[in-house]
Amino acid sequence: MTTREKSWKEIAPAGVCSKSSIGFLTGDWKTYMPVRDLEKCTRCLLCVLFCPDGAIRWKPEKGDIEFDYNYCKGCGICANECPTKAITMKLEQE
Amino acid sequence: MKSIAKQEVMALNGDEAVAYAAKQSDVDVVAAYPITPQTIIVEKFSEYVANGEVQTEFICTESEHSALTACLAASVTGARTFTASASAGLALMHEMLFVTSGCRAPVVMAIANRALSAPLNIHGDQSDSMAERDSGWIQIYVENAQEVYDSIIQAFRIAEDLNVLLPVIVGLDGFTLSHTLENVKVLVDDVVQRFVGTRQLPDVLTHEGKKVPFKLDPESPMTMGPIALPDYYFEFKRQQEEAMKNALAVIQKVNSEYATVSGRSYGNGLVDVYCLEDAEVAVVCVGSTAGTIKTVVDELRQEGVKAGLLRIRTFRPLPVEEIRRALENVKAVAVMDKSMSFGGNGGAVFHEVRHVLYDAKAHPYVVNYIYGLGGRDTSPQELRAIYEDLQRILQTKRVEKPMQYLGLRE
Repeated sequence: MTTREKSWKEIAPAGVCSKSSIGFLTGDWKTYMPVRDLEKCTRCLLCVLFCPDGAIRWKPEKGDIEFDYNYCKGCGICANECPTKAITMKLEQE
Repeated sequence: MKSIAKQEVMALNGDEAVAYAAKQSDVDVVAAYPITPQTIIVEKFSEYVANGEVQTEFICTESEHSALTACLAASVTGARTFTASASAGLALMHEMLFVTSGCRAPVVMAIANRALSAPLNIHGDQSDSMAERDSGWIQIYVENAQEVYDSIIQAFRIAEDLNVLLPVIVGLDGFTLSHTLENVKVLVDDVVQRFVGTRQLPDVLTHEGKKVPFKLDPESPMTMGPIALPDYYFEFKRQQEEAMKNALAVIQKVNSEYATVSGRSYGNGLVDVYCLEDAEVAVVCVGSTAGTIKTVVDELRQEGVKAGLLRIRTFRPLPVEEIRRALENVKAVAVMDKSMSFGGNGGAVFHEVRHVLYDAKAHPYVVNYIYGLGGRDTSPQELRAIYEDLQRILQTKRVEKPMQYLGLRE
């Protein structure tokens, strides 16, 4: 932190956020990352619905989905829910 | 001075007085779950809703935890919110009590004070709300049904004050007050509505750098009560302590403003002193027992005993200066606790009153009486015996038992 932390007199009550969460790249928490087999994927979009972090997005212009690894925490729910087993969780460093 | 508003006398028990005050206070949302001895409050209020006498959104929840969660959620959108509970119900709210005060949501809650299980007991003592004294809620304890009516109306003003923004518990002794019919003077609806006014909201700076009213609103999104790590959590807690300190002045102001409207006030709103000016022996208590003690004091005064009473009306924030000032010339003080702090060597009120007197110029003798647990009656004779104990302490200059049980079979 380069900026000075604020005193209790300077901050909004009730922990009202002073910064947007967009700036916090929570994707760096993950150990495993989802990898998709494009042949098996039917674009059913169940993974988009199930992702608890909204880190899988439907891109209509591409007609395809996209993982946002900046915010994906690697929970593996998408892999678990995928009806065609198109998503597998791989160790990030591999 | 404004003239006192026209009032009607109604026969109400404590619970009905609470419901009637909430009905007149323009409450937007009530979410509640019934539990003895609070049930009548919820029943009565749901009647008002069913009869179309109020515009309130009434939410029947499946538990007290959910009831307070719904109140919190409603309150942070800017709604005026009310609930009521007791005993195990309040205990089930425990987690959400802290979330509500931490979110600075000015929810008002009536607690019909009742013992906690086990063994199961539905009767009155103050174990339930005393156990929540560190949850960040303002706590006001009343002496009778009239005071609970007046205090509920005042509570909205106190909670919603921009220098406070804290939830308020108004405690009324279970059955002794909740189920006992009294003559209660009620103000007319528009006088109450004018007194409580419309809820105001402070401006806060959001993550987008916009200054917006402090409420959840899709038009100006904000996040409140999210994670605060070791770098900021402490600062938010310090803010809550400041709000509590501010409440001391606000409670007094609201008490005196209410007096100009209704003709009624309760001491200075924080403490209610009775015959203390020249008192040598005094009892300190919280709640309805004060009524009986006043009768005992009157008798003792006729016999020439310099007896007095201090009723702590506002227990949170603790009126430290007022308690010290009220007791500094008294020679022996008995503090009454209607709850236990097991293994704590005395009850909560005793601990705190004695802590306040540590900084007094003259140190009076301070002893503790645990009484009335599980709704056990406390007679005028027993209360008189406390004053006799205090006189004995003054004569012998010796405290034999710093903590005693009143009305317990040994």
